[in-house]
Amino acid sequence: MSEHKMISFIITRQDTADSTPYDEEFEVPYRPNMNVISALMEIRRNPVNKKGEKTTPIAWDMNCLEEVCGACSMYINGKPRQSCTALVDKLEQPIRLAPMSTFPVVRDLQVNRSRMFDSLKRVKAWVPIDGTYDLGPGPRMPERKRQWAYELSKCMTCGVCLEACPNVNSKSDFIGPAPLSQVRLFNAHPTGAMHKTERLDAIMGDGGLTNCGNSQNCVQSCPKGIPLTTSIAALNRDTTFQAFRNFFGSDQA
Amino acid sequence: MATSKEFFYRRLHSLLGVIPVGVFLIQHLVVNHFATRGPEAFNQASHFMENLPFRYALEVFIIFLPILFHAIYGLYIAFTAKNNVSRYGYFRNWMFTLQRVSGVVTLVFIAWHVWETRIQAFLGAEVNYDMMANILDHPAMLAFYIVGVLSTVFHFANGLWTFGVSWGLTVTPRSQRISTYVTLGIFIALSLISIRTIFAFV
Repeated sequence: MSEHKMISFIITRQDTADSTPYDEEFEVPYRPNMNVISALMEIRRNPVNKKGEKTTPIAWDMNCLEEVCGACSMYINGKPRQSCTALVDKLEQPIRLAPMSTFPVVRDLQVNRSRMFDSLKRVKAWVPIDGTYDLGPGPRMPERKRQWAYELSKCMTCGVCLEACPNVNSKSDFIGPAPLSQVRLFNAHPTGAMHKTERLDAIMGDGGLTNCGNSQNCVQSCPKGIPLTTSIAALNRDTTFQAFRNFFGSDQA
Repeated sequence: MATSKEFFYRRLHSLLGVIPVGVFLIQHLVVNHFATRGPEAFNQASHFMENLPFRYALEVFIIFLPILFHAIYGLYIAFTAKNNVSRYGYFRNWMFTLQRVSGVVTLVFIAWHVWETRIQAFLGAEVNYDMMANILDHPAMLAFYIVGVLSTVFHFANGLWTFGVSWGLTVTPRSQRISTYVTLGIFIALSLISIRTIFAFV
């Protein structure tokens, strides 16, 4: 066993939501094609730290293991990203893991991303199709637009853009880039567009669109390459018109 | 109408920075540039500005009130940000931080500048070439003015870029890139004008 290559980890841990974080070092036997999650599973199987002391297994979130669910986001060597697609072979050692700092820590690497889901509810990030009667098929979407909208639909609410944004912090109630981009996605949908005004009004509320300070960290950090800043700028244009309609009244619904 | 006050204040803040404050800044730098043609030309120009009709109304509504709102709300914006250029060292993030830093520097500079010129004028001093020459005679003051003016010009030029995004004029990455070059050009041009003016008093 001693001839085996070992991978070293420095992991920021936190026992409860309110306790002080501390670093703990681990060494995990190397296997080919390992990702960070498989190393965390290895630690869970044998929760012994580098000093040989028995410790508690590390808590973290995961679900899909193919970078579409967004649950396993964490800081990996200083960058917020998904641990499922963070391949050990491509990381500098020791690999440093820490929880995202914008969200409240539940335990160790596990954070509570509820604020993003609350924001999605607030901006009505869905297409309402339920009625008391059959609403029938909606209008078709042009293929060109569908391809463009598909890019926005890749958002997995992972939280990396909120983490990178300097204006999402404890001093502000900015909802962040992800829910804003969803407004653009659902406003672009032919059926979703029927509720366009409601969504625009929602992001013109407190903590909404205008809190963006154009640092553009979000678009640089998004693991899905979603054009978040283009979405924000486009919504700025939409809300400019909406503000005039709200103030002066409009013959449009 | 679900529109909140925050939306209105933020948009007003963005608008006031360009109109009228930005327009006033350009006018101020251009008129001061008369100093490069000698004390006579500068005094004549400043005398002309002093004697504009409705002077106090112009000063209050075009200069003081808009700057005051822009400054106070700007401080609130600057101090709600958690700057993170050490972790995310991208160009736009640097501009984001510099915009906030230059805003605070500009506020300190303008407060001092208004005290030294406009308020002294109110207290009976005459604003002319000699007044500025006396102020800029001190090397520390000269340095302070250079830093202050460059910071103001940067804040205006980069503010024009964010104005374009905030009002939805520049939406696509290409338009924002072109806007970066245009506002960079404006920064360089206004910097040259103001530095030449400052050294005309030395």
